Amino acid sequence: MRDLLITGAKIADGEPADVLIRDGAIAEIGAIESADGIERLDADGLVLLPGFVDLHTHLREPGREDAETIASGSAAAAAGGFTAVLAMANTTPVTDTAEAAELVYDRGRAIGLVDVFPVGAVTKGLAGEELAELGLMARSRARVRLFSDDGKCVQDARVMRRALEYLKPFDGVISQHAQDVSLAGGSACCHEGEISGRLGLPGWPGAAESVIVARDVQLARHTGSRVHVAHVSTAESVEIIRWAKAQGIAVTAEATPHHLALGTKLVTGYDPVFKVNPPLRPSEDQEALRAALADGTIDAVATDHAPHARHDKEHAFEAAAFGMLGLETAFAVVHDLMVRSGRMPLADLVERMTVAPARIAGLAEHGRPIAVGGPGNLVLVDPERRVTVDAAASNSLSRNNPWHGMSFTGAVHATILRGRVTALDGKVHDQ
Amino acid sequence: MPKHLISSADLDRGEVEVILETASSMHDVQRREVKKLPTLRGRTIINFFFEDSTRTRSSFEIAGKWMSADTINLSAKGSSTSKGESLRDSVQTINAMAVDALIIRHNQSGACHQVAGWVDASVINAGDGTHEHPTQALLDAYTLRSRIGDLDGKHVVIVGDLTHSRVFRSNVITLKTLGARVTVVAPPTLMPAGIGSWSAADGFATSWDLDEVLEGDDVPDAVMMLRVQRERMSGGFFPTPREYTVGYGLTRPRLKALLARNPRALVMHPGPMNRGLEISADAAESDASIVLDQVSSGLAVRMAVLYHLLAGEEVAS
Repeated sequence: MRDLLITGAKIADGEPADVLIRDGAIAEIGAIESADGIERLDADGLVLLPGFVDLHTHLREPGREDAETIASGSAAAAAGGFTAVLAMANTTPVTDTAEAAELVYDRGRAIGLVDVFPVGAVTKGLAGEELAELGLMARSRARVRLFSDDGKCVQDARVMRRALEYLKPFDGVISQHAQDVSLAGGSACCHEGEISGRLGLPGWPGAAESVIVARDVQLARHTGSRVHVAHVSTAESVEIIRWAKAQGIAVTAEATPHHLALGTKLVTGYDPVFKVNPPLRPSEDQEALRAALADGTIDAVATDHAPHARHDKEHAFEAAAFGMLGLETAFAVVHDLMVRSGRMPLADLVERMTVAPARIAGLAEHGRPIAVGGPGNLVLVDPERRVTVDAAASNSLSRNNPWHGMSFTGAVHATILRGRVTALDGKVHDQ
Repeated sequence: MPKHLISSADLDRGEVEVILETASSMHDVQRREVKKLPTLRGRTIINFFFEDSTRTRSSFEIAGKWMSADTINLSAKGSSTSKGESLRDSVQTINAMAVDALIIRHNQSGACHQVAGWVDASVINAGDGTHEHPTQALLDAYTLRSRIGDLDGKHVVIVGDLTHSRVFRSNVITLKTLGARVTVVAPPTLMPAGIGSWSAADGFATSWDLDEVLEGDDVPDAVMMLRVQRERMSGGFFPTPREYTVGYGLTRPRLKALLARNPRALVMHPGPMNRGLEISADAAESDASIVLDQVSSGLAVRMAVLYHLLAGEEVAS
């Protein structure tokens, strides 16, 4: 493996320094003489951070390789500054066995652009009835620790309780898509409020989420196990999580860039690119999420990157698929919205986009401080560069990009996985 | 005139009035022995119906034919999503045939908005899900005006399943455009989400109490009863038909009370009626009822809409 010398990068709040990566790990930090045979990466004016970790992506392989593959999703992740992503279990077949988990994990390793960690299903086939092989997935090569029926919520409190109890020996965590189906049934397709009323679209209220969050934090307290609330979208959920943390309950939470930055008004034109689950919410909810991300009530940013083939989106709004892209734009959106606006310092963005998610998912080699001996999983960002999102330029196979045409300040310059540059200025460097 | 008629909000007051005046002359054509006008000769209109409809479809079809357009009916019910074809694929196939107007009914809200972005033809919304039905609102306004004249300052009460009603959503816009005051009445479970801020922003009143509205200081000039679908009960929107009728039906005593206060008050219903549920037989058959006028106005109003959207400028010059 070639050495990589990153020159002149700003590390955290310190002075610019050179960083030498050898055998996948940080070997030296300081003023380093370049030598022959060392690949150089000029980082003048750039900031070096631990590579980002995404707790919530849909890579669609196996099953929907027309929408995304582990290769194309890995490329999008690398371009977005990620060195690790968690791939949700709602594939075909579902990731509910050790073999299914290893398939995703091995494929990610073979592609080598980003570490792909499969999320295991909580229940067989995501059906919400019988536990999936949680222990076998945990013991597999993929070392699954994060479990989720994402896309579906574990409705049955008894099943949720048993799952939480069962995964204690291997310190597993359940990422819950909190949504009570009886309040968000059938054709519900957007936030229930004045806009859905005017548009004649069936919606679901914020309470459909917060009632499950309230139940789950009680189950976390009862079992002593960890619950992670996926893509929090309402102010009421934030309040419950804040309360639960104050009680010392083991609950963590994530918010997506789109729930932070995009509001329910966007559905007014019935464009299914803005159809997502949970739905885009009103500005009061957005403000609550921003405040919660800034004060740490929400631990992590996760993208819920959800690619869809054109023909699954070009239906009437109610019939179109839920979901939007997010891997390539996450840093720009969150940096612009949260850091540049003064809501939180860059150090907190690092906490939310890599340190906390790595801790929640139990990833030892990601989200580590930049120090000698630490992993060479890094990202170089340019906090001053303005980027305009072009959906056509994406590494994803899909184009359901809600950010198209928008501009943000903050760009990913290069992504480094175990000392290898995996992406430079949005262009992927294959092995 | 706008290119498309997707929402009642696409038309300003002047445009609504021009359409209603044209509808009046079209109504005269309807009474002739030979009803054919050459206005839309050589134009192709497709009635693209993704949802069952008898009255609206035949009314658009006859309107087109009397104006000499070539009209074609396509029924696409259940054909698109169930067979994996996207809405865009369905309409682009049609668009490739160089049609002049697509009259679309769809069981999902917003379908016409989306279609208008994909095709060159004029798109006319013949009812999209629980969103809007703008030609219904125009024909309701036409019918009302033919009975009580200018709607400025008139009070119209709309009663029933507002949540699931495209007739309500279009009517509240067109009635306000023409200067009428509107009060909507429904049990809380059949009020659309966010109706409080919506009604405040758009300037109409809401009530859960039909008797209070009928007996209030603002005497109604017309009461529009909306169809209540019996299957709503399975969604728990109200307990029994009996209870609905007692609270929200236009019963014989309510009709009597209404007419006692305003002998010229009118009763409307977009059909099809559930007699005995939201409207009593007496109310439907009374002299105050203009339900059949609504049906016959539909043709003249749709002729006027086609005329202004498809031939307007040409004919004007």
